[in-house]
Amino acid sequence: MTGAGFGIGRVRWNWLVAAAVLLAALPLVYETYTPTLLAIWALFALSLALMWGYAGILSFGHAAYFGLGAYAYAIASFNVGESTVPLLLAIIVPAVVAAIIGALMFYGRISDVYLGVMTLVVTLILNRFMNATAGDAYRIGNARLGGFNGIPAFPTLNVPGDPSMQVFGTAYYFVVIVCLIGAYLICRWILASSFGRILIGIRENELRMELLGYNVPAYKTAIFTVSGAMAGLAGCLFANWAEIVTPSVFSLGQTAEVLIWVIVGGLGTLIGPIIAAVVLGMLKLALGTQTLIDNSLVLGAILILVVLLIPRGFAPTFAAWRRRLAQVQVHRRQARGTRRRRVALQEANQ
Amino acid sequence: MDYAAIVVLEILYMIAFLALISAGLAIVFGMMRVINLAHGEFVMVGGYATIAAAKAGINVYFAMLVISPIVVGVIGLIVERVIVRFLYGRMIDIMLATWGLGLLLTGIVTLIFGNTPVSVATPIPGYQVGHYQMGGYNLFVIAVAVVLMCSMWFALRYTRVGLVARGAMQGREVISALGYNPSTIYMLTFTVGAALSGLAGGVMAPLTGLLPSIGGAYIAKAFITVITGGAAVIAGTVTTAVVFGAVDQIVSFASTPVLGEIAMLVLALVLLRLMPQGVTGQFFRNST
Amino acid sequence: MSEPVVETQELAVRFGGVLAVDNVNFTLRERELRCLIGPNGAGKSTFFKSITGQIRGANLGGRVLIRGQDVSGWSTHKIVRLGIGIKTQVPSVMNGLTVAENLWLSANRTSGYDGADAVVEEILTDLELGGIARRLVGELAHGQRQLVEIGTVLANKPWLVLLDEPAAGLTNVETERLIAIIKRINQDATMIVVDHDMHFVRALDSLITVFHQGAILIEGRAEKVLSDPNVREVYLGSRA
Repeated sequence: MTGAGFGIGRVRWNWLVAAAVLLAALPLVYETYTPTLLAIWALFALSLALMWGYAGILSFGHAAYFGLGAYAYAIASFNVGESTVPLLLAIIVPAVVAAIIGALMFYGRISDVYLGVMTLVVTLILNRFMNATAGDAYRIGNARLGGFNGIPAFPTLNVPGDPSMQVFGTAYYFVVIVCLIGAYLICRWILASSFGRILIGIRENELRMELLGYNVPAYKTAIFTVSGAMAGLAGCLFANWAEIVTPSVFSLGQTAEVLIWVIVGGLGTLIGPIIAAVVLGMLKLALGTQTLIDNSLVLGAILILVVLLIPRGFAPTFAAWRRRLAQVQVHRRQARGTRRRRVALQEANQ
Repeated sequence: MDYAAIVVLEILYMIAFLALISAGLAIVFGMMRVINLAHGEFVMVGGYATIAAAKAGINVYFAMLVISPIVVGVIGLIVERVIVRFLYGRMIDIMLATWGLGLLLTGIVTLIFGNTPVSVATPIPGYQVGHYQMGGYNLFVIAVAVVLMCSMWFALRYTRVGLVARGAMQGREVISALGYNPSTIYMLTFTVGAALSGLAGGVMAPLTGLLPSIGGAYIAKAFITVITGGAAVIAGTVTTAVVFGAVDQIVSFASTPVLGEIAMLVLALVLLRLMPQGVTGQFFRNST
Repeated sequence: MSEPVVETQELAVRFGGVLAVDNVNFTLRERELRCLIGPNGAGKSTFFKSITGQIRGANLGGRVLIRGQDVSGWSTHKIVRLGIGIKTQVPSVMNGLTVAENLWLSANRTSGYDGADAVVEEILTDLELGGIARRLVGELAHGQRQLVEIGTVLANKPWLVLLDEPAAGLTNVETERLIAIIKRINQDATMIVVDHDMHFVRALDSLITVFHQGAILIEGRAEKVLSDPNVREVYLGSRA
């Protein structure tokens, strides 16, 4: 009986299966190198879309957790012989950091633009710090941090338990796709649960949720942690794709890109940012290879136009249309009901 | 003794740097709650305007104090009329549009000037302080910052224009109640903010090799300085510039410049956490 | 005589140099309905907020006890979890969600994910909100939004209900309905109502506490309090 706002928990299984089939069939007609990267970006966008679109938490520095995941994997893989533990660490380390920073901010009732600045500062600190770690002195175990040159040539993902069997190419593409679809399902599951609905309530009116007895800072910290973990996974997958990790994972550019994907895709949806990440990612890659038209110029122009012409990004316009369609159907049903009652009344009075 | 003088001068310079690059953003954010993410690019364009003018033979002081503010001011005016004016009150949309604007400006400047650093010599020679050689131009930067902050404070406090501007901070209705057209006031405010950013870029131009991508370095520091400063435009910006500049340089001298910058960032985190309304939300509450 | 369910001891709230609530001793018994009235600036809403935990910390002196439990300094959500429903002065609802969703979020906390739907239906019926159940709250008229907020207050089954200006901005018809609703709530729950509307307060026919300059001026039944010359002076500024 719950209305449109909560209806977002439902997975449209037929669409999902169709998408999965298409994605699985892609390697038959196309290379997998670029699609893997696009899927990683989509996963990163998804992590922010969940937290910002549904819990209303705008982070100006989400790249911090992306980067932490990448670095955690690279450093751990040098120190552990096999890749399963590093993969787990790549999720746990960003999650823990997010939990700490989140708690610091949310229990301090920081919000809006001040939250944005604090999250931005965290990313900047990581960026500056990593850039300055050149030289042998900076190492964790066997891994040299490498400063602005980063960490190259670390052992990439292998089949769990067998360090000699590396996962790369098409097999790696499938790993990434599975992660993306898995993360998407987890997001949907969260949103359908009471946790997800409470987050939406918090987004709408924090004070009222508190007056209803919910511990708002705890919920916000929780979703911040989940989002950080997801971003960390994306970062780890990125590290394995690029086979090098540099401080640019913490860059302002990276954090701006993910914000742009979410807004252009549509704040308040999951699919929108995924599609936007893929489309804008393709655009960025296409522009990057030629020098005639400058990359920044085109991206900048697109952004400005999107904001001026389509205020809330593409997907919500679609969702808003569907909502109105649903309301029209409700009205029609009510009108039919009223007509029937009126007719029945007239007949009774005769 | 000489070393102490050097340290003091470097601290003053850093404070002046922060205040200068933040002034434009402080006006725009403080007055209109607009987060202009193209602010760094405005500073960058100001720098390029000065260098281009100087290379064309114009006196470098004239270029940085007159030409840069005018050029960037005009750009700001166009931007306000064409983009920002439709988006007031929509914070995210403004952020996104101005981020796009920043990219656009970066792209245009790259097309015109290319991707190699351009620079112009500092017009004031260095001087000796005991055993150390100091850049003389830094003193000029400090002087400009001081004059700028004082004139802004004076203008806001004691002139009619300043009164209207301070009223504008309270909301659109106040502007109308004072008998002025809010749209016009917002347009002028944005233009002035842009001009100040251009001025900062012009003044800083002789000190660095300029690249189209340098805007990113400015925006982060300016943003942090302004937001941590709080509601009072001048007092807030100056206070945080002083605190951050001092901490940055002191830690830099004690260890490395990177640690100095990180120390400043960590301090920003601490301040924001302890004073969620910014510094002037807690102290100096009724200042300008 | 039953134990007080709400009690304040020497409660004081200070903002800078202003003493907004001046060492107030207040008691409320089980199933009572108490109205707090007083002119603007008398301190009623500040007093209200110190009970709900919305004002706490350095500004607060004295103690607030709920069912004997000292809740001074507790955060709002912890106090609410003792079983308290709060309606704020400015309507505080989730504008972007439907009426049903608003009620669900409230019911969910006490009735759980599965039980919440039934409670939502109950409230919709009790408050006659069924027709607008799927409307977005932000699109509703003021009176309907007030009613929705009261619905969210009731949906987590509180034993103590605190309403700050529930009649504000309501039409006469809506106010009559509100009076009936409050009387119905009072059959099971203890209540405090803060309001300005004299007709409304009179119609509730309860014990009244009059605030003036941060302190309690007088307490008593409606007829006695409202005809008291001091009260009239405080409100009307002259000996009427």
